[in-house]
Amino acid sequence: MNPNKIVVIDYGMGNLHSVASALEHVAPNAEVVISADPAVVRSADRVVFPGVGAIRDCVVAIRSAGVDTVVAEFMASGKPLLAICVGMQALLEHSEENQGIDCLGLLEGKVRFFGAKLHDDAGQHLKVPHMGWNQVQQHSAHPLWQGIEQGTRFYFVHSFYVERESVASSTIAASCDYSKEFVAALSKDNVFAVQFHPEKSHTAGLQLLRNFSEWNVDSNNLNSVEVA
Amino acid sequence: MALAKRIIPCLDVDNGRVVKGVQFVDIRDAGDPVEVARRYNEQGADEITFLDITATHEGRATTVHTVERMASEVFIPLTVGGGIRTVDDIRTMLNAGADKVGINSAAVTNPDFVRAASDRFGAQCIVVAIDAKKVSAPGELNRWEIFTHGGRNPTGIDAIAWAEKMAQFGAGEILLTSMDRDGTKNGFDLDITRAISDCVDIPVIASGGVGNLQHLADGVIEGKADAVLAASIFHFGEYSVMEAKEYMAGQGIEMRL
Repeated sequence: MNPNKIVVIDYGMGNLHSVASALEHVAPNAEVVISADPAVVRSADRVVFPGVGAIRDCVVAIRSAGVDTVVAEFMASGKPLLAICVGMQALLEHSEENQGIDCLGLLEGKVRFFGAKLHDDAGQHLKVPHMGWNQVQQHSAHPLWQGIEQGTRFYFVHSFYVERESVASSTIAASCDYSKEFVAALSKDNVFAVQFHPEKSHTAGLQLLRNFSEWNVDSNNLNSVEVA
Repeated sequence: MALAKRIIPCLDVDNGRVVKGVQFVDIRDAGDPVEVARRYNEQGADEITFLDITATHEGRATTVHTVERMASEVFIPLTVGGGIRTVDDIRTMLNAGADKVGINSAAVTNPDFVRAASDRFGAQCIVVAIDAKKVSAPGELNRWEIFTHGGRNPTGIDAIAWAEKMAQFGAGEILLTSMDRDGTKNGFDLDITRAISDCVDIPVIASGGVGNLQHLADGVIEGKADAVLAASIFHFGEYSVMEAKEYMAGQGIEMRL
């Protein structure tokens, strides 16, 4: 049995090829599997929880595939879980998208709309979706930030964001600025969640995925001590 | 801190080879698409657009295979356009590893297709490609109409109104090509780029006419484009993507360097 089995959870919401091939690229010795089978997820050493599209469709697909219980169970196992984009938003309590959707409620946090006709301080028109490469401000040292410089740009594409005030500040792993400061990454124990797409973020994204493929959750605290 | 403007090299692909015509006539062979995409990725391209101009059905299978190879080696966003007409076409390309699809003629034939595609796959992966041509006479108020089939078929539809409609129908982005400028190397049509970028809330990619690096900078500064797309200036080694990014950054544009 491969000692590093990474399962990318598939609940029928589109392309997981990118995440899987990026993981295969950075962790050639790992076994990367795309599956929604609870038994397969249980057998994983690490899980990636992706998501694209509208939150309502995602949450419906997650629940009907029984992925909500599978993810909750995996989170409780203490093994590393990486949630990406709508996958991150789905873990939280509530999203404003689609006239308001209750999400899985596995992490504290609320998702809001950027709004129409946004402008920055200089009066420039800010488009929604927030699409492209923006700078990510790391809030704390974390094994997943290893080898990634402060302020590195990652690729984002989203119209809804995790509101800073809705999460415990100790869980904010990074923030980003787009008309307002929003949560770019959350970390809590064995869970790391990112709004951006590491699988589409070139060298920096691949480094984050490599860090995830090697992440030993027990080392989180050691790093915090080093920072202090 | 701000969102960077993007440079998107475009690969026109026919039967598995990169080609770029000058106003659709002089087709020069510019290489293996995966090889070319890998080179642009190393040079710091922010995204890659793959425009499939293959006409034959057999050729389409080659396209899917090429997209698969590209997506497993190049870890930046990939848009595939050309011949996207049905929800199945979109699914095929997304499953092959595309992050977004470009819809052009099919949107004109059936605007509800854009709505259906956006509902099914999310606005983030639906790029509506608009080919616009100026139809106003010199001295008249500027007016542009959209054309289909590589600029051959007029539609009588006003380009700005069309862009607004496509944004309402759930497009996540607009790829705006000036058919007057495409292949000329005289620079983007900045007037229409600015007009559309000002009136829609979604990002606009300027395309058509890039001949030098100042044209790229002008597209952002004067055209208010969120991203700029170019093909031939990169294909034949006139400029590298990184040179272009550094040049634009030197003009005060926020770039990912």
